[in-house]
Amino acid sequence: MIDWLAEPFTQPFMQRALLASLMVGLLCSVVGCYVVLRGMAFLGDALAHGILPGIAVAYLLDGSLVVGALVAALVVALGVGVLSRQGTVREDTAIGILFSAALSLGVVLISSIRSYAVDLNHILFGDVLSVGASDLWLTAGLGLVVLLAVLFMYRALMVYSFDPVFASTLGVRTELLRMTLLVLLALTIVVSLRTVGVGLVAAMLVTPAATAYLLVRRLAPMMLVAAGVGLASSLIGLYVSYYANVSSGAAIVLTATVLFFGVFLFSPRHGLVRRLTSGGKS
Amino acid sequence: MRCADPRLPESPARLELEDVSAGYKGVRALRHVTMQVAHGARLAIVGPNGSGKSTLFKALAGLLPLSSGSIRIHGAPLGVHRDCVAYVPQREEVDWRFPVTALDVVLMGRYGRRGWLRRLTAEDVAVARRCLERMGMERFGARPIADLSGGQQQRVFLARALAQEPHILLMDEPFNGVDVGTRETILALLDELSGRKVTALVSTHDLKLAATRFQVVALLNRELVAYGSPAEVFTSANLAEVFGGQALFLEGGVVVDQCCPGEATCPAHDGRHQEHQPSDQSPRTAGGPPRP
Repeated sequence: MIDWLAEPFTQPFMQRALLASLMVGLLCSVVGCYVVLRGMAFLGDALAHGILPGIAVAYLLDGSLVVGALVAALVVALGVGVLSRQGTVREDTAIGILFSAALSLGVVLISSIRSYAVDLNHILFGDVLSVGASDLWLTAGLGLVVLLAVLFMYRALMVYSFDPVFASTLGVRTELLRMTLLVLLALTIVVSLRTVGVGLVAAMLVTPAATAYLLVRRLAPMMLVAAGVGLASSLIGLYVSYYANVSSGAAIVLTATVLFFGVFLFSPRHGLVRRLTSGGKS
Repeated sequence: MRCADPRLPESPARLELEDVSAGYKGVRALRHVTMQVAHGARLAIVGPNGSGKSTLFKALAGLLPLSSGSIRIHGAPLGVHRDCVAYVPQREEVDWRFPVTALDVVLMGRYGRRGWLRRLTAEDVAVARRCLERMGMERFGARPIADLSGGQQQRVFLARALAQEPHILLMDEPFNGVDVGTRETILALLDELSGRKVTALVSTHDLKLAATRFQVVALLNRELVAYGSPAEVFTSANLAEVFGGQALFLEGGVVVDQCCPGEATCPAHDGRHQEHQPSDQSPRTAGGPPRP
């Protein structure tokens, strides 16, 4: 059994993949708590896809892919803010427009680069097995920045998300806080790109946090439980990926999904099974 | 209850509004309001829907920029004594499914003092628990806010406002959709607060409540129509002006008749016969601005 567990990680590329997956699992789950609580799931997905043209342009200009991705994510985030400001267009409509536009632009750009077309698959679904040492450092550095920021802004973000009017009376600059949260979300998505890809990062943002929400009813414990679910999904997903020889990003996301449905069905307080067996009593 | 600021003057002042106008998106929901509220007063703000009650509170809480005029608290412009004002907004603007317990919510009332990073002290927790107890919610501290009833949630929000230890308490429609018990708890709290010189401004659409349980009433219809004791404010002429003919028949009839059947709580019993007169003999506003 020990051998079976240890075997995958005797190879350096698997060790790097494990580290990257764990970091991404942790980061996405913690930031994802705000995504779930503030109803930003669609925006997260849009930001992830908005990255695509950024990567393509960065590749064409021979620049840093991370910077390109970050710039593109911020452009989409700001675009949504501008379009939906003062209710000109509903926010979800603005997201829908920009998200598909960015995705299309990304595909057009990438399809124009013949040699790069092979990698589209990796951008969409992640390629954690090819993570290099420098990628690891980048992930760790950016991840640490995001986690520290979330920690420092814990109270402000909590009050702002729960009761924005009260936050304003305490002197919180709510627009600034909202934009900061968008930047943190964009950073998280960029960091996760290598592991789960733009197509699946939204799942890592939403699923562990949603699982935690079913289990605990306070913000700090919710973040801890979400982090646990994210880490477990990454670890189990990698094993599944190694032994079943399937895409690692997808395996991680499916593991998280299985955990979510397990909790959804069997959670002691709100689980479907419990509700059914207790005869419809809440 | 006191503000943390030791520089506060001991004078009985006050909240002063001078020619205050404010609104959203170019619509001035509040126009040229001038009034002075004494320290420890208990003021009911009444008026029809859209009369600017919430706008007034948001302006007082510093949430809306004024388009004209000024607000002074203890003689200083708004913002200097931010800590002194606690605002209990209407319930719609809160995410009730957010994972916080009742005690967590009350502790938010201490953030203004502790800032965004410093740890809350044992004293903060003790104050929060006392405030929960004051609102009769001590047994619910560990309960998620989502699991509480509307009245209980309102009590928790009042406990949070108390934990801010304000000089001025702004409550926007606190009696909306709450049970009788909560309503009485809020009224008892108002009694206690005015005993401690905490100024309370309470908006309500319940004219009877305003007439019977408040010493001072401000009748608002974008402009300040009348300001003074319930007897001075709830005159046929004022009500006709604000609520119009049909509403006067319904609301005015109820208010004037129910206000003053000799109740000891109502300071208006001297003038009640005059108020039934449809003619315009009843005394006009005292303390309010000249009528346009």
